[in-house]
Amino acid sequence: MQFSERWLREWVDPDVDTGALCEQLTDAGLEVDGTSEAAPAFSGVVVGEVLEVAPHPNADKLVVCAVADGSGTNQVVCGAPNARAGMKSPLARPRAALPGIEVQSRELRGVESHGMLCSAAELGLGDDADGILELPDTLAAGTDLREALGLDDRCITLDLTPNRGDCLSLKGVAREVGVLNDLPVRAPDCSPVPAETDDVFPVEIVAGDGCPRYLGRVVRDVDTGRQTPLWMTERLRRSGIRSIDPVVDVTNYVMLELGQPLHAFDLGMLHERIIVRMAEPDESFTLLDGSQVSLDEETLLIADTRGPVAMAGVMGGDRSSVKESTRDIFLECAFFAPGKAMGTARRYGMQTDASQRFERGVDHALQEAAIERATRLLLDIVGGCPGPTVVTESTAHVPEPAKVGLRRSRLDLLVGETVPESEVDRIFERLEFSPRKIAAGEQAGWEVTAPSHRFDIAIEEDLVEEICRVHGYNRVADSHPLAELSPRVIPRNLLGERPICDALVALGYRESITYSFVAPEVMRLLDPERSAVRISNPMSRDQSVMRTNLLPGLVGALQTNLARQQRRVRLFEYGQCFPSSRPEQVYRVGGIACGGRAPESWSAPSDQIDFFDVKGDVERLLALGGGACAFEPATDPVLHPGQSAVVLSGDQVIGRLGRLHPEIEESLDLGVQAFVFELDAYALLAQRERRHRGISRFPSVRRDLAVVVDRSVSASAVESAVREVLGEALAEFTVFDLYEGESVDSNKKSLGIGLTFQHASRTLVDDETNAFIDAAVRCLAARFDARLR
Amino acid sequence: MDVDDIRAEALGAVDSASDPATLDHVRVRYLGRNGRLTLLVRSLRSLDPSERPAAGARINTAKETVSQAIDARLQALTTEQLARALDEEVVDVTLPGRRQSPGSLHPVTQTLRRIEDIFLGAGYEVVTGPEIEDDYHNFEALNLPEHHPARTMWDTFYLEDGHLLRTHTSPVQVRVMERTRPPIRIICPGRVFRRESDLTHTSMFHQVEGLVVDEGISFTDLKGTVVEFVRRFYDKDVGVRFRPSYFPFTEPSAEVDAQCVHCEGAGCRVCSFTGWVEVMGCGMVHPNVLEMSGIDPERYTGFAFGFGADRLAAFYFGVDDLRLFFDNDVRFLSQF
Repeated sequence: MQFSERWLREWVDPDVDTGALCEQLTDAGLEVDGTSEAAPAFSGVVVGEVLEVAPHPNADKLVVCAVADGSGTNQVVCGAPNARAGMKSPLARPRAALPGIEVQSRELRGVESHGMLCSAAELGLGDDADGILELPDTLAAGTDLREALGLDDRCITLDLTPNRGDCLSLKGVAREVGVLNDLPVRAPDCSPVPAETDDVFPVEIVAGDGCPRYLGRVVRDVDTGRQTPLWMTERLRRSGIRSIDPVVDVTNYVMLELGQPLHAFDLGMLHERIIVRMAEPDESFTLLDGSQVSLDEETLLIADTRGPVAMAGVMGGDRSSVKESTRDIFLECAFFAPGKAMGTARRYGMQTDASQRFERGVDHALQEAAIERATRLLLDIVGGCPGPTVVTESTAHVPEPAKVGLRRSRLDLLVGETVPESEVDRIFERLEFSPRKIAAGEQAGWEVTAPSHRFDIAIEEDLVEEICRVHGYNRVADSHPLAELSPRVIPRNLLGERPICDALVALGYRESITYSFVAPEVMRLLDPERSAVRISNPMSRDQSVMRTNLLPGLVGALQTNLARQQRRVRLFEYGQCFPSSRPEQVYRVGGIACGGRAPESWSAPSDQIDFFDVKGDVERLLALGGGACAFEPATDPVLHPGQSAVVLSGDQVIGRLGRLHPEIEESLDLGVQAFVFELDAYALLAQRERRHRGISRFPSVRRDLAVVVDRSVSASAVESAVREVLGEALAEFTVFDLYEGESVDSNKKSLGIGLTFQHASRTLVDDETNAFIDAAVRCLAARFDARLR
Repeated sequence: MDVDDIRAEALGAVDSASDPATLDHVRVRYLGRNGRLTLLVRSLRSLDPSERPAAGARINTAKETVSQAIDARLQALTTEQLARALDEEVVDVTLPGRRQSPGSLHPVTQTLRRIEDIFLGAGYEVVTGPEIEDDYHNFEALNLPEHHPARTMWDTFYLEDGHLLRTHTSPVQVRVMERTRPPIRIICPGRVFRRESDLTHTSMFHQVEGLVVDEGISFTDLKGTVVEFVRRFYDKDVGVRFRPSYFPFTEPSAEVDAQCVHCEGAGCRVCSFTGWVEVMGCGMVHPNVLEMSGIDPERYTGFAFGFGADRLAAFYFGVDDLRLFFDNDVRFLSQF
């Protein structure tokens, strides 16, 4: 909602400056989005009276005007087609400073010109650059133009919340300003304009729930060729509305003034009667902007016996629109119910000033005033002969005024402090809430009747807000809730998200946050076996499916960084993934790494990371919870078949890791080897029950073995075989060496394993240790055909 | 040779010994079991008993002198050797240490933790919920039935089966109210999604919503909590003001502005030269919302607030473009 400050001050004029006025509005919940000057700065421009217009001796398109400026007559050369003797127009005197130019006396094709006659565009008062601005005849020549047009004015823009449709008009804003300053509000003349003919046009309301009230009036013999007066076009302009033609301008003006949208039809194009009804299947028609719409059955229509003539409360139709040829008009001033109006404009993608107001709620008692006001303005501007105003109502659907009670006790409780009774009375009075005091008992307080312009008052809390708002949110005290100090619950065997992220940070990973929706191609590439949940209305195709895992975001972040010359990248993310469209919380933690094992340094070898770096990081994470996990080779289409593993907790897969499949590295154009891991966060969060086990006081014995096995035998198979046969005697198992090459057959490998034995309650003797080693060697020989090297 | 000669010879040998091993040889040669001074003691037996004490004393003195000389020399040699070793072991301490490069938490995460810790300290619980939501929890249970005009306040992403991406973390509050009874004191941090994107809006951001429901909770409690939170967050005594606003799930509702921490209210680019920045929306929980979740609005009242953590992070760290947060450029991430 945008309006002129001067216009507002005609309604109510508090003794505060623009800044304070804006602050008042904002503090009362009508947020001022901004203010701007009504006209750009210019000076030296006066009302000029064109006395004579003579042809220019040397130019066909120029004329030479004699222009009176109050103190003398100036010779001005002008190129405007509309310059004519007798008109008044802005005269920029020599040395006048206009937006962007300074006017000088000069010769134009051999004729001296002292000043310039200005168009609206040249003064920054609109787009019209086709001719010089025609000023009202009533202005005296020589008057400073800024003063004459009241240009020292500001446009105030409000950003209204959807509940305050009542403030989409000068009347509504003025009412608020009156309440805030405890001032009465002046209104324009809305008294009935007597009918001069008996002409009426019949109206039938079929869809009463959508249109409880419809006021119509015939006005014959209008002259649509007339000009809208400057005062009106200026006010429209300062409210952000362009002047179209006098009839439309009047309807827009009344809408701004009172908040009631109106529509004027060309009466000659209407057939038999107006029918207010819902659209029928497959109905369509042409709107006044020339577009063709196919209607759905949820759409409220204004029709005649030949079909639709307007989309109710949104936009009129082309057939019945007022044109230059129009002589008789039918003025519509209706109350369309907010519930039915809601959504129509949005469905068709055509939000208009009218639809905005009807959706938020127009005062259902306003139509009489508005149609009279509009009639009066029309007669003033385009003339004509009005018929009587005809009211058609679907009485059952006219809203009942809401009666709402406010208990003194409830007000005090909800506010938290006492607003004085006299203040509450005053606020209700000024808001036109017709308060009635209720004296007795628990219900003591007020009962108010919400005025017809307030659709948002339905419950006690609404009244609490009104009191609080007008009293001033910032005048109310600050306090703290009182509560019992009960100690906080911390689950015993549950790690939080924080230790996991902190561990990754300690391991040198930077946390990234990537979008939860990703490009479908990338998602398919990085999870070919699952179909991702699709968004029906994505902002772009690149963000149109929900991630099923964290890889697209991590890979994307890696690409971003590689493109920005980073060679060594380690990133992780912790977040929800979406294996299905159910509302459930599936959290994962994943990471990506590439580049050197250590940052480039004088002291470190420049090795690139490999599988075991990332595996080591994963092991560190798994160690947080302390549960035993196993790694097994993975068959994962996204990962390198020889350098990938799944993480198992028992027989449940809780994660995976490995190098990205080289084909994927290639298709993503990475140019580096990227290693990734991804773990089910909930599996990480579960923490093993921790219990003290005692530490053996007796010495441990370590024996090392070099066993040669087939390359296909995994280290973990060797470990579990040894653990199985040695049981509790084995305190620790370490793989300290891996050798493949000379002196070992080409299909074999040599594993150096360290076995540490320790007994809880005594020192082990050599014979025992030797027996353990023999058992281990025999077992490995039997299971894996292993031999000692 | 008499004792003085041997002593002199021994002292000479001590002086010329250049390392502890040579010195040890010297000790053996003169003071060892068969050392020359030791043998002299044995030779005392061949002397007249009356001469023995004097001769013995002389020999002992000589032994003492040599022994002390050896000790002193050893000390000197050790010191010298250590000095040489230390000299050889000098490193350039200005070379960088051996290290893994540092990791870091995302600035938004750091901000969320700060927020959580402030409220945890005041006895609130942190609760999270699903990012894909149903219409009921995201809208209907918040007093936003289908076709409610205010639904347009949130540009919502819908999934093909009718589910949606939550537009706020309020559904988490609903889920909590459905399963617990007052007193409720929670904050709900998490990702939310809205169909908008420009310098000051990203289609995904992080929201923190707070909810307190108990007997006797009032608007002044809401104000006090919000004002205190803003000041604790910035760790600064900033001005905070409340403006009436509208949310379907609160009544009365307010929008909260905090004094711009960049210009301290003087007006700058960050606050569009107003001196204030909008930090959150809040209000008293609408009775319909309490009732829909089975809480008696006559007995209990409550307040709720919600704000964008990314925006607060941007103010806190001086980030001027919210989109940088999700770019994940390590040069950006490493600044926090």
